[in-house]
Amino acid sequence: MKRELRQYTTQVTVIGSGLAGFAASMFALDRGIQTAQIGNTGAVAYTTGYFDLLGGDGGEVIDDPWRGIEALRKTEPDHPLSRIDDKDIRTAFSKFTEALSALGLGYTQPGENNLMALLPGGIAKPTLSVPKTMLGGVEAASKGAQTLIVDFIGLQGFSAKEMVANLSSSWPGLGAETVAFPDMESGASVYVEVMARSLEVAENQKRLAKRIKAVLGDSKVVGLPAILGIHGSDVVHAQMEKLIGVPVFEIPTMPPAVPGIRLRELFEGTLPDKGLMLVPQHKANRIDLNEDGIIVNLEDSFGEIQIQSQAAILATGRFLSGGLAADRHGVRETLAGIPVSQPDNRNDWHNPDYFDAGGHPINRSGIEVDGCYRPLDANGNPASERLFAAGIVLAHQDWIRQRCGAGISFASAYKAVEAASKILEA
Amino acid sequence: MSTIDPAGTKTYDTEVLIIGGGVTGTGIMRDLALRGFQCLLVERKDLNAGASGGNHGLLHSGGRYASSDAETAAECRMESDIIKRMAPECIDDCGGLFVAVEGDDPAFAERFPEHCAKAGIDCQSLSPQEARKREPQLSDTVFAAYVVPDASIDPFHITLGNVHHAQQLTDSTYLPHTEVIEFDIADGTIASALCRDLRSGESVRISAKQVVNASGAWARNIAQLAGCTDVDLLYVKGTLIVSNSRLCNGVVNRLRPPGDGDILVPGGTVSLLGTTSDKVDSLEGLRPTVDEVDHILNEGMPMLPVLRDTRFIRAFCGVRPLLQSSDAGMDGRKASRGFQLFDHEDQGLKNFTSLVGGKLTTYRLMAEKTGDLVTRRMGKKAPCKSASEPLPAGDSVRWTEPGYAPRFWYRRNDPTDAILCECEMVPRSAIDEIVETAPGAESHMTLRAIGLRSRVGKGTCQGSFCAARVSSYLYDSDVYSGVEGRDHMRDFLAERFKGLRPVLWGKQMPQMELAEAFHCGLLGLDFKKENGSGSSS
Repeated sequence: MKRELRQYTTQVTVIGSGLAGFAASMFALDRGIQTAQIGNTGAVAYTTGYFDLLGGDGGEVIDDPWRGIEALRKTEPDHPLSRIDDKDIRTAFSKFTEALSALGLGYTQPGENNLMALLPGGIAKPTLSVPKTMLGGVEAASKGAQTLIVDFIGLQGFSAKEMVANLSSSWPGLGAETVAFPDMESGASVYVEVMARSLEVAENQKRLAKRIKAVLGDSKVVGLPAILGIHGSDVVHAQMEKLIGVPVFEIPTMPPAVPGIRLRELFEGTLPDKGLMLVPQHKANRIDLNEDGIIVNLEDSFGEIQIQSQAAILATGRFLSGGLAADRHGVRETLAGIPVSQPDNRNDWHNPDYFDAGGHPINRSGIEVDGCYRPLDANGNPASERLFAAGIVLAHQDWIRQRCGAGISFASAYKAVEAASKILEA
Repeated sequence: MSTIDPAGTKTYDTEVLIIGGGVTGTGIMRDLALRGFQCLLVERKDLNAGASGGNHGLLHSGGRYASSDAETAAECRMESDIIKRMAPECIDDCGGLFVAVEGDDPAFAERFPEHCAKAGIDCQSLSPQEARKREPQLSDTVFAAYVVPDASIDPFHITLGNVHHAQQLTDSTYLPHTEVIEFDIADGTIASALCRDLRSGESVRISAKQVVNASGAWARNIAQLAGCTDVDLLYVKGTLIVSNSRLCNGVVNRLRPPGDGDILVPGGTVSLLGTTSDKVDSLEGLRPTVDEVDHILNEGMPMLPVLRDTRFIRAFCGVRPLLQSSDAGMDGRKASRGFQLFDHEDQGLKNFTSLVGGKLTTYRLMAEKTGDLVTRRMGKKAPCKSASEPLPAGDSVRWTEPGYAPRFWYRRNDPTDAILCECEMVPRSAIDEIVETAPGAESHMTLRAIGLRSRVGKGTCQGSFCAARVSSYLYDSDVYSGVEGRDHMRDFLAERFKGLRPVLWGKQMPQMELAEAFHCGLLGLDFKKENGSGSSS
C-alpha cells in the first residue's frame, strides 16, 4: 500500500469522539456548518447511558439540578455550568436527546427534577435523562412495584440477588431469578454485547421471553441488565414487553456496557449521512495554525491525514481519553499544549480518603476558556482565535462526583459551536 | 474449642496463647504444634497486618549486613538456606546482585567479598558487562558487581502455611480481629487473657498455660498490659513501591552502606523498590506518602534508570520494630536487626514470653528459640522440627503466589469456572476454596480478607473491577445476603487507594479516572446516605 499525504478541507474540525465531540458535531451540522470529526470513541463505552446534568454535591443527592446550578453559580462561579445560561443548557440538552430519539435511540426529555435511576449495586443515581429502555426501572422503583430482576448464568458482575439484597428494605416487592441466555447455557462466561446483538434476532427474543415468563411468578415488571439490542433497542424493548406480557426495563452494567456501545454505533452510523466527515478510531497527533486557519494532523495505516479548517473544537476529554496526561511533576494538555489549571503539588492531587465527600482536587484540573470557549494561554489570552474547547477537559468541575458530565458536554459544545460559527467565513 | 461461661463470655482453653498473626507469631504456632502443643493465636487485625505484610519479601543472603553486622549476616545465610529447603513453594530462588554505580564508594565495594567471606556468604565477582547481561536494566555506569544467593519469599504464603499446618497438627486455632484487653495475673502467672472480638464487640476469655507475645511493633504495648516494662522498641517506617511488571530477573542491591531506594526485589510478576527509613513515634494511621515515593525513585534511578519510565501500581509501608539501642542513628538504620527473647522473669512472670526485633529471613530461628523456652517451661522435652519438617503445601493457602491462579485455571480447563479478577486471573473456584477452608475463613468473609489470601486486588487495576465481580459472586453464592457487600467494597477500595494515591501519575491516572467513574458513577459508593431507590425516595 502506498502511503501518501491526504488533505481535506472543512469549516470546523471537532477533535474528540465522546459525548462533547458528538454533541459539537451534531450542533454544527444543525447550523449547516461543514464539519469533520476525529478521535477515539473508547470512553463512551464506559457510560451507564444516563445523561446527568447535576446530581451530586459533597456526597449528597441533588434532586433539582436547576436549583443546584443556581446554587453553584454562587459557590463555584468558575464551574462550566455556572457560566452558561439555563436557557442554553436546556436548549443544548433537549436538542441532543431529541436528536438521539429521532435517530432511533429514545431518551426521555430533560425535566425539572432528577430521576432516581437504578444502578446495579442498588444505590440510585440522580440523573436528568435516561434511555427509554431504562425508564421503567425509575417508575417501578418509585412505585415499589412487584418486580423481578433477572440475571444470567455466566454473566459476571451483575447479580440479581445483590440488587435485591441491597434494595429489599425499601422495595419489598423485589425478587431475583437467574436464567440461561439462549445458546449460552454452558455456564461459561457470557458478555452483554454478545447477548445484545443476539437479541436483535426475533427468534432469540422469543426464546428468552419464554424463559423469563417461566420464572415470572406474580411479578408485574421485569428488570434485565442492559442487553436489549445494540441497534434499534427501542424496538427490541417493545418486542420483549409484548412477548413477556409485562413492562420490562434495563439496568446499566459494568463497563464496557451496551448503552455506550449503542451511542457510539449510532453516532458513527448516522452522522456521516448527515454530512459529517468522520475519521473514527484515530487520534489527532498535532495541530498547526496557519494563515488559512487551523490544521489538524493525524495518521492512519495509509499515511498522514491533514484536515484544514477555519476553526477546531477541542473535545479531547481527560486522562482516560488522553486529553490530559500526568507525570510525577504535573498535568498537561496533550494536543495543543494549553496550560492546565491544577494543584501546585502532587501531594495535593488527591485527598487521603478515597470516598472523601469533596472529591479530589485533581479532578477539577483542566483548561481555562474565555467567554467564547477559547482555551487560554499562560498569559490568560486566547491561545488562538480559531481554537475552541468543550466537555470535561474544562477546569473547575468534578464530573464524576457532581454527576454533571453530560450536562457540561452538551452545554459547552453548544456554546463552543455557537462561538465558532461566528468566525466562519461565508 | 470454645465454650460459653455462665456470664455469657466465650471461653477458650489452650496450652499456648500466641499474640500476633505475623510471620513470627505464626512461625511460633507451627514450631510449637510440631512439638505437639496445641496453640491459640489471636491477632488484632488479620494475618501479616504489620511488618510481615509491609516488607519487600526478601530472603536475605546476608550480603546486606556483611559489612556492618557479621553476626546477623551469618544468621541470615544459615536461615535462608533452611527456608529454601523447607518451604520451596514460597521461595523464588532468583539470586541477587550487589552493584556499585557511578558516585558510589569504590573502597566500600572492594571490601565486600572479604566481608561476605567472613560471614560465610557465597559471593562471586562479575564484570560490569556480565552484570548487565544478567540484569539488562542496570545502569551502564556499573563499576563493581557481585552475585549472592538472595531470594524472594512470599510472606503471606509462609504465614498462611504456618497456620494451616498448626491447625492440622494439633487442632490449633487462629482468631482474627481479636484484641487482648487485659491479662488475669495471679502468683506470677498469667492465667487467662480477656480479649474482644473487634467485629462483634463480644468478649472472649482465653485460658492458657503459656503466653507468647509476638506482636511485632506492638510488643511493648502487650508487654505493658502484662505489667512488664522491660521491652523497648524503636519504630522505623519503611515505604516501598510496586511496579506493574517484573523489572529484573533477581534481587538487585546497591553496593553502598544501607540507604534509601537501594534495593529492587522481584515479587513474582512485579518488582518491589525499597525502602525509606524514618523513625516514627506512633504506629497508627501510617501510610505511604508522595514525598517518600519520589525520594526512593530518585535514589533508585542511578542504579536502575528504567525506574524513570516504569509504571507503578501501588505503594505501601510497614514499621520495622527494632531493638532500641543508643547508637541507632537518625534513621534507625544502624539499630540492630537481631532479635531478643524476653522471659520476663525479672518482671515477676513465669509463663510470659516476648519476642522482639528480628527480621523475616530469621523468623524460623526466632520461633525455634521461643519454642525452646516455652517447651522448657511446659516441662516437656520436645525438639524443634521446623528445620527438618518441610512446610506442607495446602490447597487453600496457595492463592497468594503470583501466577498460580492462571496456571491452575488453565490446567483445570473448566469454562464454567469464570475469572473474577482479570488482572491476576483469579477464578471463582479460588474464591470458593478461600471462603470455605483458608486459615481464618469466616462466614461473612470480607473482600479484604479474601484479598489477603489471594491475588485479588493485587494487579494493575488494584481491585477496581474485581471487587465488584467478587462481591456479586458472593451474593450469588449466598455468602453475602444483606447490604454488607457494599460496605466491604467501600472498605476494600478505600484501603487499596491508600497505596495508589502516591503513585498516581502516567498510566495510573486514566486507570484511576475509570475506577472512580465506575465506583461513584455506576455504583454510587461515594453517596453519604444510602439512597436505596425504592419507594421511600
